[in-house]
Amino acid sequence: MSFIPGQPVTAVVQRIEIMKLRHGDNLILGFSIGGGIDQDPGQNPFSEDKTDKGIYVTRITPGGPAHDAGLRMGDKIMQVNGWDMTVVTHDKARKRLTKKDEDVVRLLVTRKSLEQAVKQSMGGCPQTVT
Amino acid sequence: WPSPLLLYTELYYSTHDSEVGSLERSRDRHKSRSKDSRSEKSVTINTPPAEPLLGDSAVRSEQVQDDNWGETTTAVTGTSEHSLSQEDIVRITKDLEDSVGLDCRRYFTLTLAVLMGLLVFLTPVAFLALPHLLWQDKLQSCGTACEGLYISVAFKLLILLLAVWALFFRPPRAGLPRVFVFRALLAVLVLLFVLSYWLFYGVRILDSQDENYQGIVQYAVSLVDALLFIHYLAIVLLELRQLQPCFSVCVTRSTDGEIRHYNLGQLSIQRAALAILEHYYCDFPVHNPALLSASKSRAAKHLAGLKVYNVDGMAHSQSRAMIAAAARRRDTSHNELYYEEAEHERRVRKRRARLVVAVEEAFTHVKRMQEEEQKKAPGDVMDPREAAQAIFPSMARALQKYLRTTKQQHCHSMESIQQHLAFCITNNMTPKAFLESYLSPGPTLQYSRDHWLSRQWTLVSEASVTSGLKDGSVFLLKCADFSLVVTSKKIPYIQMSEEYIDPKSHKFVLRLQSETSV
Repeated sequence: MSFIPGQPVTAVVQRIEIMKLRHGDNLILGFSIGGGIDQDPGQNPFSEDKTDKGIYVTRITPGGPAHDAGLRMGDKIMQVNGWDMTVVTHDKARKRLTKKDEDVVRLLVTRKSLEQAVKQSMGGCPQTVT
Repeated sequence: WPSPLLLYTELYYSTHDSEVGSLERSRDRHKSRSKDSRSEKSVTINTPPAEPLLGDSAVRSEQVQDDNWGETTTAVTGTSEHSLSQEDIVRITKDLEDSVGLDCRRYFTLTLAVLMGLLVFLTPVAFLALPHLLWQDKLQSCGTACEGLYISVAFKLLILLLAVWALFFRPPRAGLPRVFVFRALLAVLVLLFVLSYWLFYGVRILDSQDENYQGIVQYAVSLVDALLFIHYLAIVLLELRQLQPCFSVCVTRSTDGEIRHYNLGQLSIQRAALAILEHYYCDFPVHNPALLSASKSRAAKHLAGLKVYNVDGMAHSQSRAMIAAAARRRDTSHNELYYEEAEHERRVRKRRARLVVAVEEAFTHVKRMQEEEQKKAPGDVMDPREAAQAIFPSMARALQKYLRTTKQQHCHSMESIQQHLAFCITNNMTPKAFLESYLSPGPTLQYSRDHWLSRQWTLVSEASVTSGLKDGSVFLLKCADFSLVVTSKKIPYIQMSEEYIDPKSHKFVLRLQSETSV
């Protein structure tokens, strides 16, 4: 995850598809998010760059749909269902994830271990998102 | 306080000698006191006859019943345990001569100043009176304007008189080694000025016997005006110029390293030294030679360690070999020092605790009697001195032990402690307020006058003492026991700039990191 102001952001991402679970009247995904352009990036424990105002996964309910789908704590969410999540407010991010008429959310997430895995494999064709 | 058995002697010196010598010698000679003088005291505490150091000044003051006993000249009382050696006699006569010399100089300056003052004041009066005395008949009569000028001369002379009295006729506070340059310059200026006026008067008015009396009166008025302006110059040069701080001086005492910093203006070295000494008596804790004995004994032990034999006959190698050998030797003196200091600290704290409790208990026995009660029961009424003497025995032992442990016993005599106790009772002070002056060493001013050891200081300086203070100038103020090392630094030029903050510009945002579950 490199961030050069003015340049398109490049990252190695993983595609994660989560089926929402019906819990009473709500559809839940089983994780918590933190971050956003209106939040303080310095307090984010998961980001490498402390000026990164992206949306990060802060907690995963064990056994929940997100956990089963492969989401891990500390992942940075780049896209939700095609919508960009790198430059959104915290509330906007929440709204994109909790739309009542969607059953499935398709996330593009990135984490540091992905980049390392790509470097180690040396020849794997990484999927980049710009 | 121990009960004495033998007569003792005291040797007093005049104020111009350093009183340290007398103090140290009397302390050494002093074994115990006369029985008669002890019986006058109402306090009888029988402690073992150890060093009776607290009793010194008490009996001294009983024997010589005047307040300025320290100022009296040499007197030997009673039979002497030690004989006066030839050295002592020579020293006494030399000191008497010195003191006479100093007084002579002071009186000489005083008479010179008075003479000059008389000359200056009588000159305008003489200018006005001489025409009347010498050529009365030729003189024009004095009109209204001229008589108005009389009033002006009179009042200006009165103002000049008061101003000169205020500025110059103050009691001198010190005798400086060299003449005060600005004063000398001003005196010369005034003298030249008055002489030139007399010259002009003598040539143009007396010789030619001028009839225009109004002109003469105006001449006298101009003289008085100019004298007032010279007085203004004197104020600026002598008083105002050194008020603005220009130098920061660092004063270090050579024996125990006490450091203080002061700000001084543009002064000559001798005047700066005087200002520093006045601060010294107020700020520096009193010099206590008893506290230095420990480090001296350690130093002596170091020197006594090695014996070096010169084999090759080269001087340098000997000293280097000695230092190297000393460094290599396994030295445990630091260990001793550490444990000794820890032990001492503990002992001091224990004694202090006992002292505080004893004093608090003693103070509870004394209560101030109210006005109404005073009329009703005049039985057991005591004045402060008696009350102090009554409660003193209960705290005396604890106080004595504490002073011995902190090596302050020679600074406080029993008499002075009782006086202080009476003072505290009179002014409704708490036990803590009474104890403060004994728990830690205070400035020299706090102690009795015999502890103001030296009023004779020597200024040691490489630059001339009438030259001004400069950045980096160093000089020494020596007295008999120790010396004060003074270094001065110039206060740098301060460049200050301004930054304006709009009061409406103070705005704040919250830094959040919220977490939402989805």
